[in-house]
Amino acid sequence: MGAYALAAIPLAYFVYLFLYPLASILWVSLVLEGRLDLRPFAEIVTRSSLRAAIWFSFWQATVSTLITMVVGLPAAYVFARYRFPGKGLMRAMVTIPFVLPAVVVSSAFVALLGPSGFLGLDLRHTVWAVLIAHVFYNYAVVVRTVGGLWAHLDPRIEDAARMLGAGRLRTFREVTFPLLRPALAAAASIVFLFTFTSFGVILILGGLRYATIEVEIYRQATSFLHLGLAAALAVVQLVGLTVILFVYNRYQERRSVELGLRAAVETERKPRTRGEHAFVWGTLGFTGVFLGVPLLVLVERSFRTTSGYGLGYYRALASTAGGSLFVPPVEALRNSLGFAVVATVVAVAVGLMSASVIAYRRDWSGRTLDLLIMLPLATSAVTIGLGFIVALDRPVDLRTSPWLIPLAHSLVAVPFVVRTALPVLRSVKGRLREAAAVLGAPPARVWREIDLPIVARSALVGAGFAFAISLGEFGATAFIARPDRPTVPIAIFRLLSRPGAVNSGQAMALSTVLMVVTALSIGLIERFRVGEAGEF
Amino acid sequence: MRSELRSFPPAAHVAVVAAAIVVLLLAAAGCGGGGPTTSSAPAAPTTSAGAGGSGGSSTTAAQAGGEVVVMTHDSFAVSDAVLAAFTAQTGLEVKVLKSGDAGAMLNQAILAKDNPLADVMYGVDDTFLSRALDAGIFEPYESPGLKNVQASLQLDPQHRVAPIDIADVCVNYDKKAFAGAVKPPATLRDLTNPEYRGKLVVENPATSSPGLVFLLLTIAQFGETGEYTWQDYWKDLVKNDVLVDAGWEEAYYGSFSGGSGKGERPLVVSYSSSPVAEVVFSETPLKEAPTGVAPPVARTQIEFAGVLKGAKNPEGARKWVDFMLSKRFQEDMPLQMFVRPASDEAQMPPVYAQPGVAVGTLTYVSNDLVSYESIGKDRDRWIEEWTAIALP
Repeated sequence: MGAYALAAIPLAYFVYLFLYPLASILWVSLVLEGRLDLRPFAEIVTRSSLRAAIWFSFWQATVSTLITMVVGLPAAYVFARYRFPGKGLMRAMVTIPFVLPAVVVSSAFVALLGPSGFLGLDLRHTVWAVLIAHVFYNYAVVVRTVGGLWAHLDPRIEDAARMLGAGRLRTFREVTFPLLRPALAAAASIVFLFTFTSFGVILILGGLRYATIEVEIYRQATSFLHLGLAAALAVVQLVGLTVILFVYNRYQERRSVELGLRAAVETERKPRTRGEHAFVWGTLGFTGVFLGVPLLVLVERSFRTTSGYGLGYYRALASTAGGSLFVPPVEALRNSLGFAVVATVVAVAVGLMSASVIAYRRDWSGRTLDLLIMLPLATSAVTIGLGFIVALDRPVDLRTSPWLIPLAHSLVAVPFVVRTALPVLRSVKGRLREAAAVLGAPPARVWREIDLPIVARSALVGAGFAFAISLGEFGATAFIARPDRPTVPIAIFRLLSRPGAVNSGQAMALSTVLMVVTALSIGLIERFRVGEAGEF
Repeated sequence: MRSELRSFPPAAHVAVVAAAIVVLLLAAAGCGGGGPTTSSAPAAPTTSAGAGGSGGSSTTAAQAGGEVVVMTHDSFAVSDAVLAAFTAQTGLEVKVLKSGDAGAMLNQAILAKDNPLADVMYGVDDTFLSRALDAGIFEPYESPGLKNVQASLQLDPQHRVAPIDIADVCVNYDKKAFAGAVKPPATLRDLTNPEYRGKLVVENPATSSPGLVFLLLTIAQFGETGEYTWQDYWKDLVKNDVLVDAGWEEAYYGSFSGGSGKGERPLVVSYSSSPVAEVVFSETPLKEAPTGVAPPVARTQIEFAGVLKGAKNPEGARKWVDFMLSKRFQEDMPLQMFVRPASDEAQMPPVYAQPGVAVGTLTYVSNDLVSYESIGKDRDRWIEEWTAIALP
């Protein structure tokens, strides 16, 4: 009974904010005079450039996901199992790429990978630049999602395997890997969806020789105003990804294992042997260089004024002398933080409710919700943004309300909360709950004293992501009408849309501010402690 | 018992969270309601809206406050003082809705036709005009301010839209790169010569507004038929290693070497006002612009404003159009949006004429081949043909 009530809220949320707008825009675009117009679908079949976009989306997402997983795993392990100085800082830093607008990140990549970059290679407009940027953006997803569960795995299980004579590799393959499977699956599916629907990176770094379905949807909708074709492409993308997700979920579900989880503080330790030191510092060094160098390029530019290094651009930020903004950037920062708080609260509330339903109800209702929460990541941002315009004018006109912005952000953030909470929730031993119930604890108390403390830690990771997503203004909000309350990314765009050293310099300074604020907020969010179980 | 008290059933748990969300949604509703819907004002249908400058006659109770909602693209900018002057004159607060780029904005306006998001829309340009007019989103209004606007800019004889400003799309060059033996290109055709090999960066017309206008410039210049067509020209540009970026930001800041650009190519498709912006937005006062315009050929891009059909405050919308055509607003634009005023009575700020900054006289290509009607008809084909040539 309770579970149905619990399911009702996330369901209502998804129906109102996602399914209804999506259905409305598809109806408007594809149904002409009461009849489904199949011509756009025929066009997809006959036009080779559109077929190419489908194929490109698929293969680059597969490759990007594989590379990101392989590159991210060592760092996930190091963050999960070792204690080292500056860990909190590094953990926050890993999430920074997430918030940076593609146009800013791309400018750093062009500086590094362009003809005058220090690598001496010109990778602009190649698929390599796209893949590298995808790994850069999604590294955090693997490190945090997988690392989150890994930190709670009881190391004694691995120790036992080693003791019984299994080598490192075999222990990983036969013990650790199966135990980590839910988190690996969660990370892989999020990275896959993100890179499949990748947009800004593809446009800017890939050049238009490479187009994903999402890029085609954007071009068809906003450059050609072919809403029918855009909608048909959105349907193809959504259906394709839903099938992939469905098959993948079914496959994963059969394999999740209940485990005894441990507090993260109990499982982490300092590196001991020389090999461990080399591994830990090597991995951290790679992470620092790979994520840090592009970020440092931006920071360096923010200080490099035409008259030498200085704080000129930061001082300019404090005034509106440039005149290109309605409001000082400080206010943009306040807007961003305000939206991010609302988006995070909504995402965590809806996400935790969804995760509980999915974990407890392994029947069709749980599975449906499990799929449903992932769909916003599989849906074209342009399409859903235009869907808001068509659908959300009744019963209240939400279309131009500032609240639509954080609500749209939360739609993208919920999957993160669910994906980080679910592996942990699922791994809670049923026996633990039963024992509590037998001892007389009512369901609410079981939830509060068993599930909540265990899930809270990963919920915080999810909250951090939600906050970062909102700060970085991903997806649909770029395509909806916004009351003029510029957020930081919008202020950056606006500065970058005009020539002039002061404009580009301020854009870099504001990007740097955004990085610092992100790191601080995520650091702060993760300092919360819930329950008595310590850092769970 | 204490534990009894603490252990409320799950339904209660849910209720707490549910209540929180309901409160949020209600707040959202309240906020949304505070938007254009409840703007109330004198929503009395004085509409009839027909053409004719009925501007002053029906200045009913609008004085009492209310607001006008202006839908525009992300590049819209205006000085605070100018905006305040509008409110002082009319008693109307202005609510600006930024709606993405011009294409995204137009989509939204068309989709929301039955229940418009705003009262007035600014920023649709001549490349999108035919789509906007076909979709029937505008209500005719002949602003008195149009008397100062040249007839050639007033593309719609029914006055569903009013021209507000003009931007000139052209090629900018990096002055320091052409200080030596190689001079800046004198004609568009020069750009295909060996001395400019690997030096030009353009924007993709499928994703960028200046990119599209530059394509139109070359179509207007070289034509669709004859012995050297625009397709031939682009084939030569490709042979000469032209670089195509997705948008203006990447091309100008990422690939262009002049001014604030951080790239390595000394020629970029941009606006004739960009050298002025380099001076205005330089950190240290500059006497001379670091960039210039060459070849001195441009195509104009006209931006329009129009009263949206079904506007909740059509009277306010008309006042906004009048205001945009007023001398005050028109003279604000060149240093806010870096566009030229459409109104003849407006003066350009002196920096535009300053020696070393002024870009000189430009030749404007004729729009016979690339009129807004033909753009509406042929745009897709042109872009497809261009893509086949430039991005094989």
